[in-house]
Amino acid sequence: MYVYDAFDRALLAQRVEDFRDQVARRISGELTEEEFKPLRLMNGVYLQLHAYMLRIAIPYGSLSSDQLRTLALVTRRYDRNYGHFTTRQNLQLNWIKLSDLPDLMADLATAKLHGMQTSGNCVRNVTTDQWAGVAPDEIEDPRIWAEILRQHSTMHPEFTFLPRKFKIALTAATHDRAAIRVHDIGLRMHRNGAGETGFEVVVGGGLGRSPFIGKTIKPFLHKRDLLTYVEAILRVYNQYGRRDNIYKARIKILVHELGAEKFASEVEAEWQSIKDGALAIDDAFVADIRARFRYPTYEVLADDPAELKKAQAASPRFATWHKNSVAPHRVPGYAIVTLSLKPEGAPPGDATSEQMDAIADLADRYSFSEIRVGHEQNLVLPHVAQRDLPALWEQLDRIGVATPNVSLVSDIIACPGLDYCSLANTRSIPVAQELTRRFKNLDTQREIGRLHINISGCINACGHHHVGHIGILGVEKNGQEFFQITLGGRADEKAELGALLGPAVPYEEVADVVEDVVAAYIELRERPNEIFLDTVKRVGVEPFKERVYATH
Amino acid sequence: MTAPSQQKLKVNGPVVVTANRLGDGTVIYRTADGWTTELNAAVIVTTASAAKEMLAIAVADDIGAVGAYVAPVVRNGSHIEPGNLRERIRITGPTFDLPTTPNLVQMPSHVCV
Repeated sequence: MYVYDAFDRALLAQRVEDFRDQVARRISGELTEEEFKPLRLMNGVYLQLHAYMLRIAIPYGSLSSDQLRTLALVTRRYDRNYGHFTTRQNLQLNWIKLSDLPDLMADLATAKLHGMQTSGNCVRNVTTDQWAGVAPDEIEDPRIWAEILRQHSTMHPEFTFLPRKFKIALTAATHDRAAIRVHDIGLRMHRNGAGETGFEVVVGGGLGRSPFIGKTIKPFLHKRDLLTYVEAILRVYNQYGRRDNIYKARIKILVHELGAEKFASEVEAEWQSIKDGALAIDDAFVADIRARFRYPTYEVLADDPAELKKAQAASPRFATWHKNSVAPHRVPGYAIVTLSLKPEGAPPGDATSEQMDAIADLADRYSFSEIRVGHEQNLVLPHVAQRDLPALWEQLDRIGVATPNVSLVSDIIACPGLDYCSLANTRSIPVAQELTRRFKNLDTQREIGRLHINISGCINACGHHHVGHIGILGVEKNGQEFFQITLGGRADEKAELGALLGPAVPYEEVADVVEDVVAAYIELRERPNEIFLDTVKRVGVEPFKERVYATH
Repeated sequence: MTAPSQQKLKVNGPVVVTANRLGDGTVIYRTADGWTTELNAAVIVTTASAAKEMLAIAVADDIGAVGAYVAPVVRNGSHIEPGNLRERIRITGPTFDLPTTPNLVQMPSHVCV
């Protein structure tokens, strides 16, 4: 975990007092809504269907147990006893009173939490792999660089009023769990021919109304150049990005219209003028940041201890969960545990305050007080000794976060949709709930294999539907909820946008259509371990289309 | 997509003006001289000009309400009902049960490592 210094603490305290004053002036009428709105948005406060919504930043998805307890406390004290983990590793509360917000933010600040960079046309909360620092396929901990970017972008005066919001994601692993190719800037850490570690720089990815897979404009960037190069990209975007049309304001449109090569040359020209300036990163600076990350002192343990083998043999339920939700750790004798926030019939990504408290306690006991949030809307305990897995599983099972469905068909990513969101056209969560009921049989889910369903209630695509293996997009037709289905999307290192299956189907038929698509896949796959994506890649969308539209 | 407050005003039947209360975000409706939390007590108009006029008054009340816009309603006898799913959800809440912790048993709190 990163330990905030005195500067961060002072900044947060000042921010709370500033906001307290702003809220008081708004309530008294001294500030109009037009004047106040940008101020509240800079603190993550939106107005949604039912009330104010607060989005709390969880930088690069890392939480301490004390921070998670604080999140539990504020959901209990100021909201309705639960929170919603989002696809950008943040937490949203849905029924906040404006008059409570200053006290709520003061409570958050005690745990170094806030809502900055969760709204507005600034660099948003930087995201990364939820397995950062522990994944065996990782070359180094990307959170060091995410933290450097966080410090650079927080309240950066030049980049507080960009043409539009700006999202950066990093990965340092072979397998991309951070969806970097659908971000404004994606950074992939890798080694060059000389064995040096640096970044592949991808720009112009994004979903929403105009989806694009990002383009690589710098195959290898030395670490020392990270901030200068990112600053050069932001400057080119700030100068040329469109401010006349909100739908064309994201960097993806600029990269698309200029062309990646021309955009890269503009960035290169800007970069040459600043690359050796104050933002060039030296080793001492990185060492200072690294020193403020606390790493666990692991015991010397062996893999597959007797306690684990015994539990696997004794309990088929435990063995099933272990196979699904436990991943290898870079340190022998330890494991990475994913906590499913997708039980049958529940809203994806929601956790109650009791669950948050209980998970914080379990993190203290079993995971060096650390928790991670993944963009798939699940939580992770990143440092669990394998010998402790049976005891941990029992306690996770009791609080409903041990459903062994990680990366299976019921592990659905969904935006809040029309049940909460003022921008939505249709509901998302009830569609997800119905699908989890249709596929409630875990044996069936395992037989289907890896399959990601993503649901968005509008074209803004907070549910990342374009990159779902099965993507579901809600659209309104004559006041009724309809859904477009896409197949074959993916958000990983081979990122691809899904292809449209056919005409939109009404709300009542969505689950039937998805069942038909899955049934067609089972028939079409060449062998049981050919995953859904590979079958779609091999046969295309047509065989699925024939099956679905013949029956609906 | 686009919030109703940012869409072009269309009036094809009875409508009300709705917003959220400034201090706590509660859903409210415009009356002849202020705001109410009861849809049945809202003023209903049926023409674009009347809706625009009422919306202008609502927007001018910058302390009473935030994000005012025109929303469709349906008359059901003497009862007024929301005219679309969005407005129904604003009145009745999400269309599913809010999350609870299943089978929660007393967890050990703040266990020492």
